[in-house]
Amino acid sequence: MRSRFSGWSLLLGGLTGQRGWREQWRAATPKKGYDALIVGGGGHGLAAAYYLAKEHGIRNVAVLEKGWIGGGNTGRNTTVIRSNYLFSESSSLYDHAVKLWETLSQELNYNVMYSPRGVLMLAHNVHDCQVSQRHIHANYANGVDNEWLTPAQAKAYCPPLNIGSELRYPVLGGALQRRGGTARHDAVAWGYARAADALGVDIIENCEVTGLKRDANGAVVAVETNRGVIESRRIGVSAAGHSTVVLQMAGVRLPLESFPLQALVSEPVKPIFPCVVMSNTIHAYISQSDKGELVIGASTDAYTSYTQRGALHVSLHTLEAVCELFPAFRRMRMLRNWGGIVDVTPDRSPIVAKTPVPGLYVNCGWGTGGFKATPGAGHLLAWTMAHDAPHPLNAAFTIERFRDGLLIDEAAAAAVSH
Amino acid sequence: MLLIPCPYCGVRPELEFSYGGQAHIARPQTSASAEEWAAFQYERVNTRGPHAERWRHTHGCGRFFNVVRDTTTDQILRSYRSGER
Ligand SMILES: Cc1cc2nc3c(=O)[nH]c(=O)nc-3n(C[C@H](O)[C@H](O)[C@H](O)COP(=O)(O)OP(=O)(O)OC[C@H]3O[C@@H](n4cnc5c(N)ncnc54)[C@H](O)[C@@H]3O)c2cc1C
Ligand SMILES: [Zn+2]
Repeated sequence: MRSRFSGWSLLLGGLTGQRGWREQWRAATPKKGYDALIVGGGGHGLAAAYYLAKEHGIRNVAVLEKGWIGGGNTGRNTTVIRSNYLFSESSSLYDHAVKLWETLSQELNYNVMYSPRGVLMLAHNVHDCQVSQRHIHANYANGVDNEWLTPAQAKAYCPPLNIGSELRYPVLGGALQRRGGTARHDAVAWGYARAADALGVDIIENCEVTGLKRDANGAVVAVETNRGVIESRRIGVSAAGHSTVVLQMAGVRLPLESFPLQALVSEPVKPIFPCVVMSNTIHAYISQSDKGELVIGASTDAYTSYTQRGALHVSLHTLEAVCELFPAFRRMRMLRNWGGIVDVTPDRSPIVAKTPVPGLYVNCGWGTGGFKATPGAGHLLAWTMAHDAPHPLNAAFTIERFRDGLLIDEAAAAAVSH
Repeated sequence: MLLIPCPYCGVRPELEFSYGGQAHIARPQTSASAEEWAAFQYERVNTRGPHAERWRHTHGCGRFFNVVRDTTTDQILRSYRSGER
């Protein structure tokens, strides 16, 4: 068991030259078999392993990660957290996660730097204003906070914002979710890994799943990996952009495609940007990290790809929008850009469900916006695996909803990402 | 940005094109089952490797055609006209 972090332990670390820190989880080697396996060591998979051990008493669990934990989209995203989605199924799903974020640092004894600094979503035309109002009222009915700001109120909330009428797409107002905000991406992966490890979970890196073995009845019995066969009759796949690749190993086809999504950060500057601002219409979203970098998200490329890089014209488009909305940033220099592979469903809602294959479960389709859901997705995947049945909160997020015409069409509702 | 070989016009920058998704998807008969319709409508191969896909030369000749692109490198392996394989 690792020592607990506290104000005193940090002070002591500081006084002793920060030399006393130990590894925070074991580098486990695979055992012959486990009661449950999670494929994919992103935030979602690590959280699922933690909740399996913590809430369902299933502690003989391994997380198999082909690279290093948090090296996928968890470590590549722009960390926007919010729950102001339109449909009841979605807002309760995402709000479940926001509620877990609120106490996550205490829960894990690890500072995930959750910062509810407010997410302001801008409206630039009549349609935007109507859609925002519709969201605000739907959220209100579902007990999720979201309020309308006039341009002057938006400017007061976010002083760098240009609300001048000379803009090609002037700011006509915005919807503010005060409980929304950001968190530290790596800390979420590390915090869950450390807490899961302390409960006995094996975290196995550099372990790529290459096959799924099934018995005569079709049920899963083991995974094949580059580190040998690992047995388990309960396997949860949480592989984000690679979900179709892994599920294909059991002959399961999914309604999703993988696209590169980009982000970029500027050189670090002093605190200037107090919240998160998103604009779906001109496609820009931006916040400032605690290190001082402006964190800017661009859109997906037009085509499916696994290359983890995006085209330059895509980020250029976003930078043009950012410079228009925040003229003060026109001469900022960008430090680096990168891409991740996001798993996009036709209705832009996730799948957290059983699959047609007994013992095989899937958590995927979070696309461009699943970081915010990390604690909730892990919690619900663990529940679904432990009960062999979905929790009421994820019962609607099945694969079969596409066959049955029961889409949860957040895509049509707002064309929103993130 | 990709350089895409339009079989009618030659190699042009990606900005002249729009993406049309997976190629060679056949529409089922009207008598098809709900599963078959769902597969047609929503399931995609999402290949990691050579992927046959449609592109349209929107800001050029306007025509649809097919491309095979390796999705692990984005390298375009070949392009060919609609109706060809
Ligand atoms: C640029 C960018 C910006 C984003 N911005 C936001 C945002 O602001 N807010 C938000 O909410 N969301 C955002 N997202 C989306 C968010 O990052 C994802 O939805 C979320 O991180 C998914 O979490 P995960 O744990 O499922 O995925 P990941 O962290 O990608 O974890 C999946 C893991 O599975 C592993 N894996 C894959 N195949 C195998 C295999 N065969 N064997 C073993 N392991 C395997 C991968 O290596 C990876 O580590 C953004 C994404 C990107 C790329
Ligand atoms: Zn052409």
